Amino acid sequence: MFDFYFEIPLVIRLILQGLAVIMVIFPIAGACSMAERKVAAWIQDRPGPNRAVVPWVAWIPFFGKFLQRLGVFHVMADGGKMLFKEDSLPGHVNKFYFVLAPIVAMIPALTTVVAVPFGAYFDAAGKLIPIGLAPLDIGMLAVFAVSSLGVYSAILAGWASNSKYPFLGSVRASAQLISYELSMTLAVLPVFLWVNAPGTEGTMGFARVVEFQSQPGFLGGMWFGFLMPISAFIFLVALFAETNRQPFDTVESESDLVGSFHTEYGAFKWGLFFVAEYSHMIVGSGVFMLLFGGGWNPLPWVSLATAVDFLGTFLPFAHVPLFVGILSIAIFMGKVLAMIFFFMWVRWTLPRFRYDQVMKIGWQKLLPLSIANLLFYAIAIALIQK
Amino acid sequence: MAQFLFLLFAIFTVLCAVGVVVNKNAVNASICLILCLVGVAGLFVLLDAYLLAFVLLLVYAGAVAALFLFIVMLLDVQGKETFGLRGFRTIAGFVAFALLLAGIGSVALKGQIVSSPPVSVAGGAQLKLYAYQLFTTYLLPVQIIGFLLLISMLGVIVLSKKHEIAEDAQ
Repeated sequence: MFDFYFEIPLVIRLILQGLAVIMVIFPIAGACSMAERKVAAWIQDRPGPNRAVVPWVAWIPFFGKFLQRLGVFHVMADGGKMLFKEDSLPGHVNKFYFVLAPIVAMIPALTTVVAVPFGAYFDAAGKLIPIGLAPLDIGMLAVFAVSSLGVYSAILAGWASNSKYPFLGSVRASAQLISYELSMTLAVLPVFLWVNAPGTEGTMGFARVVEFQSQPGFLGGMWFGFLMPISAFIFLVALFAETNRQPFDTVESESDLVGSFHTEYGAFKWGLFFVAEYSHMIVGSGVFMLLFGGGWNPLPWVSLATAVDFLGTFLPFAHVPLFVGILSIAIFMGKVLAMIFFFMWVRWTLPRFRYDQVMKIGWQKLLPLSIANLLFYAIAIALIQK
Repeated sequence: MAQFLFLLFAIFTVLCAVGVVVNKNAVNASICLILCLVGVAGLFVLLDAYLLAFVLLLVYAGAVAALFLFIVMLLDVQGKETFGLRGFRTIAGFVAFALLLAGIGSVALKGQIVSSPPVSVAGGAQLKLYAYQLFTTYLLPVQIIGFLLLISMLGVIVLSKKHEIAEDAQ
């Protein structure tokens, strides 16, 4: 059915696949900014954005009104505003780096997607084939490596803006990002210790982690979030810090730093920072779900294969690879979006930490906890897998 | 295609490396250093050394160079001090250059550094092999480097503590 696709040269095919993924992530990141405002409104018990509407949609009797109330057209209005606003360049900035910084913010945010598989299907032999841009053997390392480059956008933006608030913000950003990377890396190690059981091929890839969470039996089907709750918790906290989300958004706390490193930015350049933040959230949530949330398995102790077999009892096309692929991607995206909702929920639940508290939590609480956690699991795994 | 990409990355890396040395503005120089590291990582990827590429990015481009850039921006050095080649510095510079040339020459002329016998690299075997080598054949170098890191960590603690005590005394 899709033979014509595989006749296209590999390079062009890869570019097309990459573009396809970017074209999904970019609008989701835009929609997230809208969802953020709407979720904030629900949590604070107010209607939120509900005015903008395209005229001919408003004429649809019931549905049009519903869409207007939901505020979906504010995404378009916001996007249009960002595109057509005057893109002013302040006189006191270093122009080259000022323009470069938002672009540098986007590159790692979108590049990390390469290593993250977002679905799977079964080939003719019943083997699980992950769907992703690059089935990297060292997926986790690749994500850490590329996302660590994200710190440059904050540093460059703050320095190039040549004013005090942005500079303070960028100093905070670089300190915070580097501090929490440590605990994040240590929190992930128990997962890979467990996955790389003796006798198996060593890997840091995500597909294996998900495979391990979809085995039969009580322990086999258990998501790592239940098996290693402390790892999951540390990873989650570090993820909040790495994506500069509340309660760790001291980097851009508007009450004491105006807008931090993007104070001097406006229009589309500011929008790029915004989209980069949401792309980081999407990829971060994806990684969290792959490591601790079962990936594309619909429920704990219910793997994708079981779900497909169950659907096969009344759906004739349930075992077609295309259907399985779409189903797994839908499950995975659903989990990622739920995770992003959680991000927003936390934002309106916890107050922002002070900067010294952020450092104290990172170095004096989270890091020792993650080292103790690693030691405990290293010993436990050595005893179990002996 | 791989050949073309390799050439592209090689030229990019060399140009960035030249940029690090030539640039008067310290910020530009550190940006060049980061780009150079990214270029080297690209070369490693093209040579199928994925692990090395990403470790390079993670450690050097992600953390060390970020600190460089950070310090440069914090101190705001804009090439105020000119660094002239005078007296002892000239001799030291030439000696260092000669040593570097000799090192590169010996590698280029003698051929390969003796490496472990080629193993069929399939799937995750590479990563496992690498880790195994680190814990067996190269255990001593790893331990020595770990010890060096420990010394530098202790040094940082001592230096920052001293500063605090001096402040208290005032």
